[in-house]
Amino acid sequence: MNEDLAKLVIVLAPISLAAFGGAASMYAPMQHQAVDVQHWATAREFIDMFAVSRVTPGPGSMLGTLLGWKIAGLVGAVVATLALYVPSSALVVMVGSVWNRHRGKTWHSALEIGLAPVGAGLLLAGVLTLARGLSEHLSSIVVILAVAGLMAWRSKLHPFVFLVGGGVACYLLYLAGG
Amino acid sequence: MDQKPGVPLSSIYRVFFEIGLFSFGGAVSGWIQREVVEVRKWMSYEDFLSGIALTQILPGANATNAAVYVGQRLRGIPGAATALTAMLTGPFCAVILAAATYQGLLGLPGFQEAMIGTAAAAVGMLLRTSVKSALLSARDAAAIFVMLTTFAAVGLFRLPLLPVIVVVAPASVGFTYWSIRRRA
Repeated sequence: MNEDLAKLVIVLAPISLAAFGGAASMYAPMQHQAVDVQHWATAREFIDMFAVSRVTPGPGSMLGTLLGWKIAGLVGAVVATLALYVPSSALVVMVGSVWNRHRGKTWHSALEIGLAPVGAGLLLAGVLTLARGLSEHLSSIVVILAVAGLMAWRSKLHPFVFLVGGGVACYLLYLAGG
Repeated sequence: MDQKPGVPLSSIYRVFFEIGLFSFGGAVSGWIQREVVEVRKWMSYEDFLSGIALTQILPGANATNAAVYVGQRLRGIPGAATALTAMLTGPFCAVILAAATYQGLLGLPGFQEAMIGTAAAAVGMLLRTSVKSALLSARDAAAIFVMLTTFAAVGLFRLPLLPVIVVVAPASVGFTYWSIRRRA
């Protein structure tokens, strides 16, 4: 049991620190470790866990949580989640505090003003990447544009209204079409 | 500068618990921006966007990184720990619950379609906040050029993030530094 937990940390913590480009970059190394190296799951089981982690909410990948759950139950799930999120978060805290200690200096203003359009470009690129992943479903493109337009018009509406609305709209389209 | 030590940890927890629980489709930074900058005014657009750039460069899930950045800006390490815990509480319970009931849910007609619609709505929200950020950070021709270059490299040509950032970020920051000094 304790050996399993230690192994979860040893395997997942480095993946946390190497996940440049966001949570999606964790999938490949996690699959390799879980299936080929540690034999925690078969390839088929890993795909199932991936699907479950995609249809549930989550800031990134809760796939590690499912791996931990499978190996060592609730404790394993907690340990795996912490192993995947604490190292990268600690790095954000360390770099972020240096980032903010130098406020007011010219180079800091230059960093802040200069990085803002980089951040905006990355956000726009994220929209394109995500929309591409959904583009085989024509109705989803309509939902994307409708929600963006509605939100510009009524920005104080709770986000949940849009999320449920989008889900209901596509469900109704499915009923109408099927 | 914009630090507001008055923001209670319980408010930080509540905001990020909700964002974490309803974060479908990966479009989370737009939502964080809306809650933290537009609705609650806990920090400025510039502060938030420079933080977004920083947290996307660093490894890890962008959404939790952004939450940790905001939490730390507001209340230091306790704030960061609170934001991270809050982001993960809902998804942690949801994913374990879902794993237990997944096979049954997949059998429900229309379940996957409803999930796709939910994800599409999340992307629509991100689209609107991204356009708003783009308009706000387009201060001059150089900023617009940097924004479009980043968008094209990462979004259109799908180049790996790190090399793109290594080229674009120092160039943009260097040029900004130079133009601030020139104006002074």
